Amino acid sequence: MRDMSKIVKITALVVLAPLITFGLYIIAHGHLTPGGGFQGGVIIASCFALLFIAFGKQSKHMLNKELLSVAESLALFGFVFLALLGLRKSFLNNFLANSGAMFGASVPFGTKEAYINTAGTIPLMNILIGLEVSCALTIIMLLMLNEKVSKHAGK
Amino acid sequence: MSLLQHSVALLIAFPLAFAFLTAITEKLSAKVKNIVVPVGMLSVVCTAFLTSVDVFANGTKVYTMGAELPSITMPAKLAIPIRIVFIVDAFSAFMLLLSSIVATAAFLYSASFIREAQAKYYSLLFLMLAGMFGLACTADLFNLFVFLEVLSISSAALIAFFVDFKASEASYKYLIVSSLASLMVLLAVGILYAQYDMLNIAALAKVLRFSFVDIIALALLVSALAMKAGSVPMHFWVPDAYSRAPAAITATLVVASQSCLYALFRVSFSLFGAFPLIHIIAYAIILLGILSMFIGVTMALPQKDIKRLMAYHAISQTGYMLLGVGIGLLVGNTANIYALKAMEGGIFHIINHALYKGLLFLTAGAIIYSTGKRNLDELSGLARRMPATTIFFITGAAAIAGLPPTNGFASKLLIYESSYIFNPLFSIIAMIVSILTLVSFVKVFCSAFLGPELKALSNVKEVPKPMLFAMGMLSFFIIIFGLFPDIVLNTIVEPAAMALLNQKAYIGALG
Repeated sequence: MRDMSKIVKITALVVLAPLITFGLYIIAHGHLTPGGGFQGGVIIASCFALLFIAFGKQSKHMLNKELLSVAESLALFGFVFLALLGLRKSFLNNFLANSGAMFGASVPFGTKEAYINTAGTIPLMNILIGLEVSCALTIIMLLMLNEKVSKHAGK
Repeated sequence: MSLLQHSVALLIAFPLAFAFLTAITEKLSAKVKNIVVPVGMLSVVCTAFLTSVDVFANGTKVYTMGAELPSITMPAKLAIPIRIVFIVDAFSAFMLLLSSIVATAAFLYSASFIREAQAKYYSLLFLMLAGMFGLACTADLFNLFVFLEVLSISSAALIAFFVDFKASEASYKYLIVSSLASLMVLLAVGILYAQYDMLNIAALAKVLRFSFVDIIALALLVSALAMKAGSVPMHFWVPDAYSRAPAAITATLVVASQSCLYALFRVSFSLFGAFPLIHIIAYAIILLGILSMFIGVTMALPQKDIKRLMAYHAISQTGYMLLGVGIGLLVGNTANIYALKAMEGGIFHIINHALYKGLLFLTAGAIIYSTGKRNLDELSGLARRMPATTIFFITGAAAIAGLPPTNGFASKLLIYESSYIFNPLFSIIAMIVSILTLVSFVKVFCSAFLGPELKALSNVKEVPKPMLFAMGMLSFFIIIFGLFPDIVLNTIVEPAAMALLNQKAYIGALG
């Protein structure tokens, strides 16, 4: 894959930061607005897609595939672990909600602005899913970038 | 509070946790990974085994995810269950038992079959187990779809584990068929959810009105799940996928197909059991069964590739289960003793098939492992070089043909006798298919194990001990089930058949 002109490269780098911020925003507000971990993760992964398109083969060395893979597995394991922590009551129990701890505030009654510090384990799980999805999709794109045509193809 | 109370949740949590843990430890250190994988497999299999024993001893277990107490299925002030509920009745426990036995054998076999112990392989195997256990336990239709997807995607990756062109092709074919089936299931779930605003199978069964669109949903579910189970008009993925996957995975894939068969029976008995026109579905299932039996075995006869031949037999054997359980669905009440016996035959055949077909695929894998050849024309005289494998092969072949001291005889006899009452033609076809199966396996036995020794095969050795142990374990169960069929029937098969027939008990389990 060839890289693109300098203008495209610089533009890609300029829009990268706002795009990733938007992805993080979607993940963090998953329990309040439409969207969530998966959608935000896809947005973050699409930023890297932009990078790969602009920089072509140069971008291969920008990201470490092994690191992404470990992060992905860690996020998934974290999800199951978080679900297991609820076992005092039942699997996947939302033990943080209304507890006063992190994300543990109660939702006040009535139509007001959204409170991000609510919903217990749900935002945490959204963050983990966001990490997982962004890493997994980036790995898939990295693999496609490196792909050589198989020797067996067409046999 | 004992962990046994949460065992249903741990059934899903353990395989998932160990799948991801294996992937993490692979990057950190090989030594840790070599500990994590066996520990994980042991805990997963033990959880499944203990859960099924608990269910057979103490009755149906209900588990609500995320509730204040696992037994609270309905949230306060609401009439419908909005949380994910797992209902593990005797039929689910039966599937858990069966998957845990075959998974143990597959794991032992992989220990030396997959030469460099690869973390990816075991991760995917754990995910496959999560999918199978989830399918067997869940009482939530959308969850059923999710576990079907987990199972399909991990299986597809494992089929192409030894990357070559044919394996990739088989895996791609499997993936296409699976996605089609999953989409059909999703559409059916959507149709039901749009009308009744709920997804719980037990709660839905109570309020189903059997409107025209419900019947469409039923047709979609039955055809999609029959496709995934490898029944005849949609069987084309089976020979490719079964013959190209690593042998231990093929044995697990057989159980995966049977999990889909489980879902088919669960939907037609527990969800649509009260449907007044259910006999049409029953006839369709019986017809699929007869076709699968006959076409599967006739396609198997001319095959030369040893695993492909066995894959066609797997299609044919699925037909027996569809026939037996289809007759049970046709009559649909426990008062008719023959219907119950036919159901028992069909369900007993599920576990028997998983055992002997698993064993046969493992012996085929052993032959390919030792000789590197899979074409029957290039094999000869292996009985001298691989005596243990030969004995295991004879056990498996006798069981699949339904010869007396093995488990295949017990379940096939039940199916012959009970289906004779409904239509003598059914049992005649079933017997002819059995004879053809015997013919086909005599052919394999003669060409691969008997005959003169070939020069090309003079340094063939017996396979390593873990592989022999895995095959021995399955042979042991085959012989035990064949010698004491009444004990197995009374303790696990009859409760499973009753659980399917008694739709009210399933609905009542929700509380």
